[in-house]
Amino acid sequence: MTPANPKLKNRLGESLSGAHIIWEALVREGVEVCFGYPGGAIMPAYDAMIEYPIHHVLTRHEQGASHMADGYARASGQVGVCIATSGPGATNLVTGIATAMLDSIPMVCITGQVPSALIGSDAFQETDITGCTIPVTKHNYLVTNAEQIAPTIREAFYIARSGRPGPVVVDITKDAQQQSCVLEWSDEEIVLPGYRPDYAPLAEQLEEAVELIKNAKRPIIFAGHGIIKSQGTEALMKFVEKTNIPVACTLLGLGGFPANHPRNLGMMGMHGETWVNKAIQDADLIMAVGMRFDDRVTGNLKTYAPNAKKIHVELDPAEINKNVHADVPIVGDARAVLQELLPHVDKCDRPDWLAYIDQIKGDSAVRDIKNLPDLGKLYAAHVIHDLYRFTEGKALVVTDVGQHQMWEAQYYKHDYPRKLITSGGLGTMGFALPAGIGAKFAQPGDSVWVICGDGGFQMTQAELSTCAQEGIKVNVAIINNGFLGMVRQWQEFFFGGRYVATPLLSPDFVKIAEAHALTGIRVEKRSEVEDAVRKAEATEGTVVIDFRVEQEDSVYPMVPAGANLHEMIERPHKPGSHSHNPIFETGEDE
Amino acid sequence: MSQSVKRTFAVFVEDKPGVLNRVASLFRRRSFNIDSLNVGATQEPGVSRMTIVCDADENKAKRIEANLYKMVNVLWVDDITHKQTINRVLALIKVNCNREQRDEVLKICDVFRARAIDMSPDRVTIEITGPQDKVEGLVSVLRPFGILELVQTGTVAMTRGVEKHDLAHPTVPASRSSAA
Ligand SMILES: Cc1cc2nc3c(=O)[nH]c(=O)nc-3n(C[C@H](O)[C@H](O)[C@H](O)COP(=O)(O)OP(=O)(O)OC[C@H]3O[C@@H](n4cnc5c(N)ncnc54)[C@H](O)[C@@H]3O)c2cc1C
Ligand SMILES: Cc1ncc(C[n+]2csc(CCOP(=O)(O)OP(=O)(O)O)c2C)c(N)n1
Ligand SMILES: [Mg+2]
Repeated sequence: MTPANPKLKNRLGESLSGAHIIWEALVREGVEVCFGYPGGAIMPAYDAMIEYPIHHVLTRHEQGASHMADGYARASGQVGVCIATSGPGATNLVTGIATAMLDSIPMVCITGQVPSALIGSDAFQETDITGCTIPVTKHNYLVTNAEQIAPTIREAFYIARSGRPGPVVVDITKDAQQQSCVLEWSDEEIVLPGYRPDYAPLAEQLEEAVELIKNAKRPIIFAGHGIIKSQGTEALMKFVEKTNIPVACTLLGLGGFPANHPRNLGMMGMHGETWVNKAIQDADLIMAVGMRFDDRVTGNLKTYAPNAKKIHVELDPAEINKNVHADVPIVGDARAVLQELLPHVDKCDRPDWLAYIDQIKGDSAVRDIKNLPDLGKLYAAHVIHDLYRFTEGKALVVTDVGQHQMWEAQYYKHDYPRKLITSGGLGTMGFALPAGIGAKFAQPGDSVWVICGDGGFQMTQAELSTCAQEGIKVNVAIINNGFLGMVRQWQEFFFGGRYVATPLLSPDFVKIAEAHALTGIRVEKRSEVEDAVRKAEATEGTVVIDFRVEQEDSVYPMVPAGANLHEMIERPHKPGSHSHNPIFETGEDE
Repeated sequence: MSQSVKRTFAVFVEDKPGVLNRVASLFRRRSFNIDSLNVGATQEPGVSRMTIVCDADENKAKRIEANLYKMVNVLWVDDITHKQTINRVLALIKVNCNREQRDEVLKICDVFRARAIDMSPDRVTIEITGPQDKVEGLVSVLRPFGILELVQTGTVAMTRGVEKHDLAHPTVPASRSSAA
């Protein structure tokens, strides 16, 4: 693993401080950039940093640092690294750690800790961060002497990136950073007696799967996040081209299978496409690959895909039978399993099943807001559709959480993996801007678009200042609807339209941008969208666009939480049939 | 759905600080309810053995096992619920007992193969080891005398056969932990 980093002086065998050894270890693990915030207990490490070829990004909040490391990891597939001091520094990382944990993102978080002699004494800025993060990390460590630093960091990277990835915290006491010891580094394979990251599928299970696939009349493949993580896109395409089985994606699976592929149906679940959810309910076989049947995906488990046998290809045995019973569990890597199955499955045309899906697709397409006139108004869905068109679908899009996130999933079509970054499992507002910054560091050649709500943007907008200081460029599209829109939508649908604590007063975002010496643009009409997008792309430095969209639009279709998957709330047909809905179908299909 | 029954897991873990906390945290977080948890040394240096008793049906038991295996410090998990096992708890019971009652109490102890280990004019302290239900039996018989204090351990359990747990190289085939 040790990269021959020409900028790293060879100090193996020399006596170095623990602080130096932290950076020695990080450089040897291939780290080029890390995100962090200094403070007392981590100061020795910061002091030593200057001697090493690692770029440190000073964030404005440790939450930003953990989301940046996360965005970096999602965009690159590498381990993201963040660093913070003890106590409040460490606890500020926790939201970002939990976000990474739920979406299985490889991350190593280095935190300073009070000197070992003071642990347990309620010393200044002491928190038990290993205790705090047990439930939200894949593993964590408390390091109290210099000798343990290099082997522990090595182990942390190994655990973070292997198997089902996840965040690992390494908490290092100040005295361990200050002591010296001889730098040793092993390149041998790490063997942890209790850790088994790699499972190989069993032959019987593969055979049973082949048999089910052969006999299926109405099969469907689920492409989850695991396709992207295993770099399984190509293997999946080959499998689909041979079997002609249509593919539905989870939110985190978007891009894992090209949106423009004729067999791609689109997203499933709560805000998935109507025809996808209907097809799932009618299917006789589901082959789920690298996805975990989240409740946003299944709705009511009792009525979920009642006629389908399920093949579940999954790396983590603990996911098998967790939410949905697997008739054939296959524990293994998504790409490897698809490659193993490919020679054993038959070529098949499936004209009836594909025609049936096309027909239900045609039935719901007329409700698509994309095809509806704007009547002089600015709709979020139109903004995102236009963004897709004017960036030619090539942007690396990072979203926040809320309505805009769902519209992005519906209207920005992703043909490539790792070009959509979003917090799926934890649904962390405030994620997008810092994660977008992290993604930009990972993929400097990409055009990075951060799409966020007026609410979420304000949670971490301080990171604009990080953009300015680092001189990096992301384009921020604020879908400004004056509401905590997703919550407002639930209030409209399920709480009698009482908008409690969801109307949101915001500052002038254009001026906020300008206050950071960045560019701000306001867009109020659809006709202005194209110019704004093109100007943003052409402008040097970070640009913030304040899209003043319709305030009370809702995301359709929607399966209410826990409802049956086939019973979706669709965009209302007739004028006035849904009190606050501002858009409706025009005459054509009435 | 199979029935929920009392399950006993033998869990071998690395003897490192915080491991008990991790295991307990896992059970709490996944809302697997622990009936009892016991931890102590094994024949192997550096390896501790936990006996965990909890309520679970077949599916939940598999999930508990799979989740335990995910922990870096967990070496081996054995669901010994349906195996031939020896299960023991230890209880100390302090009961009211005057001179006149003493013979009767000691006789009860005999029946349960319990021992009186401390005595004063008006009370006696009894030690019993055995399966949980035997201990409960003794407690219910003693209750009318007035129980002053009761303390008991969780279950420790061992299978009757010789099970080879190669703790140095505990590779587990996928089939074992994937609930088929
Ligand atoms: C407001 C909101 C609305 C949402 N609505 C929807 C919705 O309508 N539809 C939807 O789909 N989601 C929706 N989500 C997201 C949802 O909550 C989940 O995050 C998402 O469905 C999880 O997708 P996943 O299972 O593919 O990914 P993950 O949760 O990341 O799970 C990936 C699985 O793949 C496994 N895996 C990892 N690596 C490999 C490998 N190499 N090989 C095999 N397996 C592997 C992992 O063990 C894991 O079980 C919504 C989220 C929010 C915030
Ligand atoms: C940190 C955090 N707090 C609260 C929530 C609950 N929540 C989910 S969506 C949402 C509204 C988001 O509003 P905004 O950012 O304006 O986006 P919109 O839905 O309007 O597009 C809220 C409050 C959350 N997901 N994350
Ligand atoms: Mg909003």
